[in-house]
Amino acid sequence: MKNREHMPLLEIMGINKSFGDLKILKSCSLNVRSRETMVIIGPSGSGKSTLLRCINLLEPADDGNIFFEGNDIARELRRAPEVRREIGMVFQNFELFQHLTAIENIMLAPMKVLGMSRSDAHDVAMDLLKKVRIPERADFFPDELSGGQQQRIAIARALAMKPKLMLYDEPTSALDPEMIREVLDVMAELSSEGMTSIVVTHEMGFAKRAADQIVFMEDGEVIENAPRDSFFGGTVNERATRFLDQILH
Amino acid sequence: MSLDLVFDYVFSPAFFDGALLTLLITVTSLFFGMIAGLVVALLQESRIKPLQMLTLVYLWLFRGTPVLFQIIFIYNVLPTFGVMLSAFASAVIALSLNEGAYMAEIIRSGLQAVKKGQRTAGLALGMTRFSVMRYIVIPQAARIVLPPTGNQMIGMLKTSALVSVVAVEELLLVANQTASANFKYFEALTAAGIYYLALTTIFMSLQYLLERALDRKRPREKRRPVSLMTRLTALTAKTEPR
Ligand SMILES: Nc1ncnc2c1ncn2[C@@H]1O[C@H](COP(=O)(O)OP(=O)(O)OP(=O)(O)O)[C@@H](O)[C@H]1O
Ligand SMILES: [Mg+2]
Repeated sequence: MKNREHMPLLEIMGINKSFGDLKILKSCSLNVRSRETMVIIGPSGSGKSTLLRCINLLEPADDGNIFFEGNDIARELRRAPEVRREIGMVFQNFELFQHLTAIENIMLAPMKVLGMSRSDAHDVAMDLLKKVRIPERADFFPDELSGGQQQRIAIARALAMKPKLMLYDEPTSALDPEMIREVLDVMAELSSEGMTSIVVTHEMGFAKRAADQIVFMEDGEVIENAPRDSFFGGTVNERATRFLDQILH
Repeated sequence: MSLDLVFDYVFSPAFFDGALLTLLITVTSLFFGMIAGLVVALLQESRIKPLQMLTLVYLWLFRGTPVLFQIIFIYNVLPTFGVMLSAFASAVIALSLNEGAYMAEIIRSGLQAVKKGQRTAGLALGMTRFSVMRYIVIPQAARIVLPPTGNQMIGMLKTSALVSVVAVEELLLVANQTASANFKYFEALTAAGIYYLALTTIFMSLQYLLERALDRKRPREKRRPVSLMTRLTALTAKTEPR
């Protein structure tokens, strides 16, 4: 039973994705084990967002397999809502529901998808607001909150479904520098508690702190996939090194 | 000119009934018009090609011809196909279908104003497309749609006067008939005008209250919907919900 923990929660095998004539993902393969955090970096347009959107079936992959908990979900578009319950997603622009308060944003899916009662959903949401450290903002609307606060609410909203996997798509790149820290701290804490995560980010401080694996993508291909220490130890692909130099300067 | 006669007309059963009928025509046509508009807007979102085509034909027919034409057509032409309708029913059908064609456009632009990312966020939480529509898109679109819908309501009140051509005893017809009996046009039309103004004022007040009720942020913010006075004097004033 012990090594069940280390069996891949997500196994992506050779997925391709094109938009029209444009090949966006070219035979991408990745494994994410339970409790692990994977950081994906790569230049703009390399297909990072598309890869995340294929994982939770927001975009159907053209071919290849995506095993989630051992089941191939790549072609299960009909079951997409069920799959997505188990996979939380956090967006660059937060995408909080503008007509709902912070706490209502968190309560909506547990109530409407899981059929939880209002009072149970409220308790869950309140706990999560404490977890992301803004319980005092529960009754504020999104446009009354700072970007950092909105993003932490968005993380809480995803967590309310008790996902087995979290996907973050550049969660801090729309934030003012002084707010990046508060969001990364929450994410790092979740990772250290064993929340399996895939994070697209260029925050190398976060990668050093929280990542188990680091993946470098370019032109729709996974160029490098290395454990954190060897990645930062410099024993990596030359293109990845060049990209790292660019973003660090 | 006699203000006493104006007064008498305003309180006469004939004028009162006429105004009531005008109100009834307006409210029922609005009701069915909004349903038609919502159905058409959702069909256009649905990506089912034949249904989309059908809605386009509908919009083309009802936006491309005068309402007056539609009223007369439904009243006079449908009976030749064996569909017998009262003047009131034909009038309401014509006005509803016409209203639907305009409401569809308003509702559709409201739905489209809710950004794509909001739907994606709902889907990513495991919600079905229906739930996303019901709990995320429609509530946000409603706020955007409300101000132009209010203007449609007031427009409908005025358009309803056109159904006098098929002899529905609404306010304008009553006024006109009364006046042509004794040539006291000023008094009869003034009485009708008073009713129209009273009704539009009531509609605008309702619209104001509804917008205020939908704006849940009001207690904490000083932002207010457009005031009643502004509405009465500047009908086309843009009212941005955000
Ligand atoms: N729905 C779509 N239709 C057509 N092309 C698309 C679509 N979505 C993405 N693309 C294209 O796919 C390519 C990869 O996009 P993607 O958003 O996955 O890149 P990314 O690595 O996330 O980039 P960024 O760092 O800018 O977010 C881009 O060239 C983009 O224009
Ligand atoms: Mg991206």
